[in-house]
Amino acid sequence: MSLSEFIRLAWESISGNKLRSLLTMLGIIIGVASVIIMIGISAGTEAAIEEQITGLGSNLVFVTQNFSRGGADRFRQGGGLVYDDASAIADNVNGVVAVVVEQPSTESVRTGNVVLDGVVIQGSTADFPSVRDIEIDRGRYFTEQEVDRTQKVAVLGSSLAEELFGEATPIGQTVTVDNIKLTVIGVFEERGLVSGTDFDAQLYTPITVVFQKFTPSQFARFRGDRVRAIIVEVEGPEVVDGTIQQIELLLARRHDVTLDAADFGVTTQQDIIQTQEATTAAFRNLLAWVAGVSLIVGGIGIMNIMLVTVSERTREIGIRQSIGAAPNDIRWQFLTEAVVLSLAGGVIGVLVGVGGSILFGALSDMRTVVVTGSIVLAFTSAAVVGIFFGFYPANQASQLDPIEALRHE
Amino acid sequence: MAVIETTNLSRVYGMGEISVRALDGVNLSIERGEFVAVMGPSGSGKSTLMNILGCLDRPTEGRYILDSLDVSEMNRAQLAQIRNERIGFIFQSYNLLKKASALKNVMAPLLYDRKNNRTHEEKIAKAQKVLIAVGLEDRMEHEPTELSGGQQQRVAVARALVNDPAFILADEPTGNLDSQSGEEIMELMHELHQGGRTIVMVTHDALIAEHTERTIYLRDGRIERITKTGSGQAVKEGASESI
Repeated sequence: MSLSEFIRLAWESISGNKLRSLLTMLGIIIGVASVIIMIGISAGTEAAIEEQITGLGSNLVFVTQNFSRGGADRFRQGGGLVYDDASAIADNVNGVVAVVVEQPSTESVRTGNVVLDGVVIQGSTADFPSVRDIEIDRGRYFTEQEVDRTQKVAVLGSSLAEELFGEATPIGQTVTVDNIKLTVIGVFEERGLVSGTDFDAQLYTPITVVFQKFTPSQFARFRGDRVRAIIVEVEGPEVVDGTIQQIELLLARRHDVTLDAADFGVTTQQDIIQTQEATTAAFRNLLAWVAGVSLIVGGIGIMNIMLVTVSERTREIGIRQSIGAAPNDIRWQFLTEAVVLSLAGGVIGVLVGVGGSILFGALSDMRTVVVTGSIVLAFTSAAVVGIFFGFYPANQASQLDPIEALRHE
Repeated sequence: MAVIETTNLSRVYGMGEISVRALDGVNLSIERGEFVAVMGPSGSGKSTLMNILGCLDRPTEGRYILDSLDVSEMNRAQLAQIRNERIGFIFQSYNLLKKASALKNVMAPLLYDRKNNRTHEEKIAKAQKVLIAVGLEDRMEHEPTELSGGQQQRVAVARALVNDPAFILADEPTGNLDSQSGEEIMELMHELHQGGRTIVMVTHDALIAEHTERTIYLRDGRIERITKTGSGQAVKEGASESI
């Protein structure tokens, strides 16, 4: 018997019992659809994260404090990044376009009768908007001179501006931060959540203001003000590695430490993306396993129904044997039926999965991407499940004794 | 030349002390073109002999030569092929595939045919031809439930004939039919016999056995006697169209 004849036979049997066939396929449909949707969601999340991180600005190198190796002793001794490190990098390292320093502090902000607690006051320097790739919506950002002169000015994130002033114009108004009065000179455009930081909810002020008013330190008199992060924009991706080396050597010398015991760390966007991807990959694998389990459950459903089918159709098997069906013919007949059943379930599952992914992406905040590979994967698994769980019932059928089978009612 | 030749054919069920000898040294020879009845009371080994002759079962001892082929030691797949190519079964309860049309039922043996590489269309044409020969030209697309008992048995006869077997093995072919349909089926058997077919018919009905040329009586797994019977004289003139 040829394959096309087996398929014809399988199809006749499946379409002859539509409701049962559909119910049997349901497990596979759900399994395949969930594989596609799950992978679609995690791939969408991954793409969104990557886009966000790239959106931090391009070709950035992040220099941050790192006390994990130096230990707390080094902190007490006055280790860590200081403000002057930034200008040293700008002056001595090749391939640097701009250097921005960030030093945050959390304070309460007040204007009129609006009081907001726990607002992040981000002390930074003049190049912040260009390096961080964030646009001014109204007014302007502060200049280098204003940073040098410790001018008490503020630029507001978009949502902070709205919370403080509502519909009113914030420019020229005064906000009080921990008893210090700052004049609002600009408002940022909406930027959204980037890698866990809500740029829209922050208040931006010259870093010198933060040093003087919010995070004063006695130690600053000796070695300079400690800063949380120095962000270096480099000319292009090809100079990143060289720049990192230069920065590391420079800072190690300035801090009088060896590279192995450095009190700072240098990372790139690429590092951050990779870390994030590792997280989402773990998440995706978990989802894929969950979906895979539902495929197996679907396969067990198919095996169950095929066993019922074989026992119901024992007489038919006997008849077929009497007219010349060999054990292999019977085995192939039922195996084909199981595989056609799961493949049909697979096709419906792919349609449901692709439709579901698109619908889910449209209706929720999450982004979904239909990954071609996931369709292939889901479809192949459906076929494998059909063969695997169809084999046992088909084998049972093929081993029936023709005389017994013919006697079966 | 003999189509069926058995030597010392035995079939033992079970093992050791509780074993039962359902067939005990049966020597039998059936010539090409013969119409033979097998009779005997229940427990005589009738069914066992039929199962072995039909290659549904294998003898425990002895030889069974079918169409000059020794089938006694063949495996299940080989026996299936023998059934497909050389034996046409007609059962008491018709044993048609329930959800398949008359045409599909008759086509079924052609699907398991490993020798002739017929196309789907050729298989349809072949099945149609046989269905027309048994007088069911206007019932081809009907499913068994839409056919009378006599018509269903005609479909079964057509199915038995479609692969041009060495012999037809009929097990109480009229047992489930009213006397009118039963007579029609016996008439059809005569036509086949006249057309040169070899037919072995198992029955417990002496009147039905009268239609055949020879009756083999079984008792306790042995051949008790073989008698010459009516030799199919009941056939009508001109009904001997070859099918």
